[in-house]
Amino acid sequence: MTEHVSIRLASERVNHCVSSSNDTPRFYTPGEVISGMQDFMRGHGTYVEEDCLKSSVAGVMQKVNKLICVRPLKSRYVGEIGDVVVGRVLEVQQKRWKVETNSRLDSVLQLSSVNLPGGELRRRSAEDEQMMRKHLKEGDLISAEVQSVFTDGSLSLHTRSLKYGKLAQGVLVKVFPSLIKRRKNHFHNLPCGVSMIIGNNGFIWISPKPQGMMVDGNEDEIINYEMQPVDSTDREIIARLKNCIAALVASKMMLDDTSIMFAFEESLKYEEVKELLDPEAMLDIAFLTQHRLNNIMEE
Amino acid sequence: MAGVLLSRTEKVFIIDGVKDEYRSDGRSTIDYRPMELETNVVSHASGSARLRLANTDILVGIKTEIDVPKPDKPALGKIDFFVDCSANATPEFEGRGGEQLANSISNMMQRAYQSPQAFDLKQLCIFEGKQCWKLYVDILILECGGNLCDAVSLAVKAALFNTKIPFVKAALMDGGNIDLQLSDDPYDSKLLDVGSAPLLVTLCKIGNKCVVDPTAEEEKCSSVSLIVGVTGNRKYYSDDDTEELPAFQPKCSAISMHGPGSITTTTLRNAINQGIIAAVCLDEALGKTVVRERRDIEKFKRHSYGFLK
Repeated sequence: MTEHVSIRLASERVNHCVSSSNDTPRFYTPGEVISGMQDFMRGHGTYVEEDCLKSSVAGVMQKVNKLICVRPLKSRYVGEIGDVVVGRVLEVQQKRWKVETNSRLDSVLQLSSVNLPGGELRRRSAEDEQMMRKHLKEGDLISAEVQSVFTDGSLSLHTRSLKYGKLAQGVLVKVFPSLIKRRKNHFHNLPCGVSMIIGNNGFIWISPKPQGMMVDGNEDEIINYEMQPVDSTDREIIARLKNCIAALVASKMMLDDTSIMFAFEESLKYEEVKELLDPEAMLDIAFLTQHRLNNIMEE
Repeated sequence: MAGVLLSRTEKVFIIDGVKDEYRSDGRSTIDYRPMELETNVVSHASGSARLRLANTDILVGIKTEIDVPKPDKPALGKIDFFVDCSANATPEFEGRGGEQLANSISNMMQRAYQSPQAFDLKQLCIFEGKQCWKLYVDILILECGGNLCDAVSLAVKAALFNTKIPFVKAALMDGGNIDLQLSDDPYDSKLLDVGSAPLLVTLCKIGNKCVVDPTAEEEKCSSVSLIVGVTGNRKYYSDDDTEELPAFQPKCSAISMHGPGSITTTTLRNAINQGIIAAVCLDEALGKTVVRERRDIEKFKRHSYGFLK
C-alpha cells in the first residue's frame, strides 16, 4: 500500500500560461486608466473619474466603434435568454423553485414552466403544487433554459423540453462562466461514451450515457434505474474528463466540446487518471490542446 | 463541514465510487491531492506558513510571548491554538457561525500536541518555575475545500519549523522578579525542534470504506469521520543526515470521532492503521519540502510569493 502525497513549494509553482506572448490581450485592472475621455462612450465595467475612462473590473477591453467595455475574467454568470444552464434546487416555494445558477441572484423555476411527470399537458392544479417536492427537491440538479431575465437581473428558467429536467448520476464541475464558449448545442454525447452538458453558467455536468430512454414505466422503476451503480469504465472516463477540464481551466482556455475532447485524447498518454492532478501534467495537456486548436484554425 | 448541497443521485455516485476504490477525480482511497506550501509569509510573525490543498487555504502565524509557567509544570512552556474561520471561506462563517468548527479544530490540535512525545514543551523553558515561552498559534481558514484538519496540522507544523525564538542575552534578578534582555538581531535566534510534532489525518467513512483527504462533497456523503493525530519522525526534519537518531515508531497522540454515525471495531482498527500509514507519508513529504525551502533561503534563491501571483 503506497500513498501518493506531493507537497510543493510556492516557488516551484508551474506557470500555466500556454499562449504565446504576442497574442495575449492587454489586461486591465480596476482603477486603471483606459483612455482620456475624448469622445468615447462608457460601457460595462468602466467608469469616469477626473476626465479619464477607467476600468472597474479586471479583464480585457472590448471596443465597438466608440463604446468601450471591459469584460471581466472572473465574474458571476450574467444570463441571456436562450442560454442552457445547469443549476441546483435550493428551496421549494409556493408554485416555484429557487435555483442556484452561479448568478448574482437565485434563479426561479416556475411550476408553470416545467413539464409535469407523464408528459401530459393540462392545467396545474393544487395537487401538483403539493407534489412539487416529489418532483424536484432541495439539492437536486437540473438542466434548464433561460426563459426571461427580470429587471433586477435574476433569471426565470424553464424545462419544457424532453432534453431538460432532473439530472441523475454524474459529476458537476464548476468553472468560471467567462470560459464557456457559446455554441449552438450545449448537450454533447461524446465519442468516448459519456454525455456532457456544458452550461453557459459555468456548471458542466458529466454523466454516463443513458441506455435507452425510460419513458413509460412507473416512478419506482425510474428511481431504481437511476440508482444502478455506474460501471468502472464510465467512471474512469468521467474522472478523466473532469481532470482535463480542470487542466484547461488552470490555463484559462475556452471550453467547448472540441477543446475538451482534444484534451481528453491528449490525456490518454497518462495511463492513470490521478496523474492528471499534477500541475506539470495539467500544463502539458493544456499545451498540447492549444497546439491542436491552433492547427485547426490554420487549416 | 461547510454547507454543500448534493442530490441523492450524486451521493450514490460518490458512494459507489468509493466502493470501487475509484473516486470522482481518479484517486484511490489512500491518495492525497497535490498541495502547495510557503513558509515565512507573514513578516511580523515569529513563524508563519500558508498551505493550499486544492481549494482549502490555510494561513498560520505564530507569535511568541514570555509567560509564567504553570505551578504544576514548572519546566514546561506553553502552546495555544486559536482557529479563526474567515467569512470569506463560506458565508456561513459570518458572525459566530464558524465558532463550533473552529473550537473543534483547535481542541483537536491542543490534544494532539499535549503528549511530551509529540511536542517537547521543555524547549520553551527559560527559567524553571519563573519564565517560559508561550507560543500562540493563530490559524486562519481562508477557504474551505474539504479536509480542514489535515491541512491545518500540516500548516502548523511547517510554521513551527519556521519559528524563530530570540536568544536571551542577559537576565537581571531583582528580588523575586526576573528581567530578561532579548537579542534584537533577527538572525540571533534559535529554531524549535518540531520533528516529532503530530499531524492529523482525517478518515472519512463512506459506505464501508475509509478515505483520506475527502473533498467537501465526499465529506457530505459520510456519516462519521475519524481523526487521528500521529507523531512525526525527527529524521525527515534534520538538515544533516549523519546525526544518529533512535529507531522511529509512529505513535497515536489523539483520536476523535466526528459525526452522528458509528464504526465497528474492525473498521476502526483498520482505519487507525490506514491513518498512521498516511501520516508517515505526509510527514516525509512535508519534511522534505520544508528542509528544501530552508536550503533555498540559505542560498538566497527564494522569492516571496504570498497571495499575489
